[in-house]
Amino acid sequence: MSNPGGDQPTVRLCHLYPREMNIYADRGNIAVFARRLSLRGFGLQITEAGLGDAVDPHAHDLWYMGGGQDRDQAIVAADMVLTKADALRAAQTNGAAQLYVCGGIQLAGHRYAAVDGQMLPGVGVLDLETTAGATRLIGDLVIRAELDGETQTVVGYENHAGRTYLGTGTRPLGTVVSGHGNNNTDGGEGAVTDRVIGTYLHGPLLPKNPWLADTLLRWALEHRYPEPPPLAPLDNTLEETAHARAIARAGVSR
Amino acid sequence: MRAAAEFIARSAGIASRLLGRGGGTSLPGTVLLKLRPNAVADLAASLGGGSLTVSATNGKTTTSRLIVAGLDAAGVANVANTAGANLMGGVASTLLAARLPANNTAVGVLEVDEAALPAVVTQAQPRVITLINLFRDQLDRFGELETLLATWASMISTLDESVTLVLNADDPAVASLAAHHENVVWFGIEDRSMELEEMAHAADSTRCRICTTELVYDAVMLGHLGHWACPTNDTARPPVSVAVTGVTPRGTEALDLHLTLPTGEIHTRLQLPGLHNAYNAAAAAATLTALGVDAKAIENGLGAAQAAFGRAERLTIDGKELVLFLAKNPTGANTNVRTVLQHDGPLHVLAMLNDRTADGQDVSWIWDVDYEPLLERVAHITVAGDRAHDLALRFHYAGLDANRLTIAQDPARALDSALQQVPAGNSLFALPTYTAMLDLRAVLTQRGHTDPYWETAS
Repeated sequence: MSNPGGDQPTVRLCHLYPREMNIYADRGNIAVFARRLSLRGFGLQITEAGLGDAVDPHAHDLWYMGGGQDRDQAIVAADMVLTKADALRAAQTNGAAQLYVCGGIQLAGHRYAAVDGQMLPGVGVLDLETTAGATRLIGDLVIRAELDGETQTVVGYENHAGRTYLGTGTRPLGTVVSGHGNNNTDGGEGAVTDRVIGTYLHGPLLPKNPWLADTLLRWALEHRYPEPPPLAPLDNTLEETAHARAIARAGVSR
Repeated sequence: MRAAAEFIARSAGIASRLLGRGGGTSLPGTVLLKLRPNAVADLAASLGGGSLTVSATNGKTTTSRLIVAGLDAAGVANVANTAGANLMGGVASTLLAARLPANNTAVGVLEVDEAALPAVVTQAQPRVITLINLFRDQLDRFGELETLLATWASMISTLDESVTLVLNADDPAVASLAAHHENVVWFGIEDRSMELEEMAHAADSTRCRICTTELVYDAVMLGHLGHWACPTNDTARPPVSVAVTGVTPRGTEALDLHLTLPTGEIHTRLQLPGLHNAYNAAAAAATLTALGVDAKAIENGLGAAQAAFGRAERLTIDGKELVLFLAKNPTGANTNVRTVLQHDGPLHVLAMLNDRTADGQDVSWIWDVDYEPLLERVAHITVAGDRAHDLALRFHYAGLDANRLTIAQDPARALDSALQQVPAGNSLFALPTYTAMLDLRAVLTQRGHTDPYWETAS
């Protein structure tokens, strides 16, 4: 049975700290998940988990966390290691998909040495750590990303003080074609371990990168259903045009 | 040396205008600052009536214009950078062009960019500093709201006691600045008839700045502005001396306002729509009161003021009305959406998004705007500008059918296409970012529908 407990296949999304971690239009990413599922006749069930909320590691197929202002990020970091770290690591082992954007990737690592010297703890689902630099890395960002053996261009905007360095337990999401990436030195951008992705790309990330959105949705369906329903192809003309314009704007030839 | 530098700078402005390179609104000042970095200090010192500064994320230009209208009504000579050139160069240009005689009594009304404010204040030494709001805006340029607030706080902690701070009591971030200065005049909205049912998604600054507890709101007016209090300590919205005690919208065109001032009561029809303009009117009234202008002159000034360019500005084109609502950040755009929804019947919209420096290069903010109530009532949307496709995606993912959406990057073609969809006698609402508005104005000027902005802006 590929469709337990409902009329339509449904992805169960847990949105982490939507009130605090939403600075770079993160709700656009959620809107993309919802719409790309509904266009295929599938559902999205959203649970919001905020400060102090306990989370069930088995109740969600897809986890999302965005970026926040420094002040909010510090409050979230302390709460997250106490109330959510164990569940997120269990969900990772279980094969649930997780996406961490901007401030999210910093807290998905082991620790973040923030601008004011404060050490923020991370949940450690990605083997990386981050140190704030003296300047912010800001601008258009284009990378070549690889997932499930497929390579695609992913576009967006970056704006972060953190320099992120990967350990041996994770690999970059992609290589920088144009922009700064994780630390402006090693040419890597983001991180992937299992079905957990971290990235500095916003814009927001998913509207102009439907391939990445669909990869995450496929992982989420595979997590929930032993015989996952396939994702029918969609007309991506608008998405691809906006994607191409973002590449042209960054001054990159494809 | 000073006279020579000012002569060279003026000549550059004239040359720029003769060459048709725009109004040259900030060029002479920029040239002058190259020659004399402290030129604004010299120029501001020659203002016999001293100066004031107005800063905010949203409402700087309109509020400055309302202040000028009040000063005009009171017969107070003034010099203002109302063309919106609000960096150090624009301020220098304005003061340079004024050619103030000795023994003048003019007051300088200086609209100043949020990030440029500390440097301008250091040079201009204003008598009054008016701060209206701080919203999430152009993160790539200004950084986080918290960073900007910290630079304002350190600027304020160095002020002389004689300087009057005019602050918005309804903005908890702006209100926190009073911790650094004694001499404060508070304004705010008391009438709760236009309050929102819930806080918009884009609201920031909703935590207590002392203990980080979530603030409790008795009333939310717009963004994070409202009647707030911290549930765990004594901080709360301070009592105001300049209050909007009555506000009634008149369609998409005007607001009827009742203001209570220390010097009297004001009833007036402001020829500007939207609750954000009630804040701008209150900020202007408080600033004028701090300058000693009486209530009657303030009332006359507010009633006589016209829209600043691109801010609810109206034009008639071939029997159809075009209304321009500039927006460059989520709270401004939300406010415009709220105002456009006051229009009866199906809505025709021209949304324009550019990503140049003055707009902010990061266009992700459009996803923080609550466009959904607009889309429910929209007959047709035309999207235009450098990032038209990002807007198209925003509306597509909100569920707008493809047959109600037209993509036309070029502003002239977009305007024609959008107007074509509008039935005769009906309105087209244009929602451009800053440079997209300049592009649209250029098309309108070329077609004889409007004057170049540097002529209308005085």
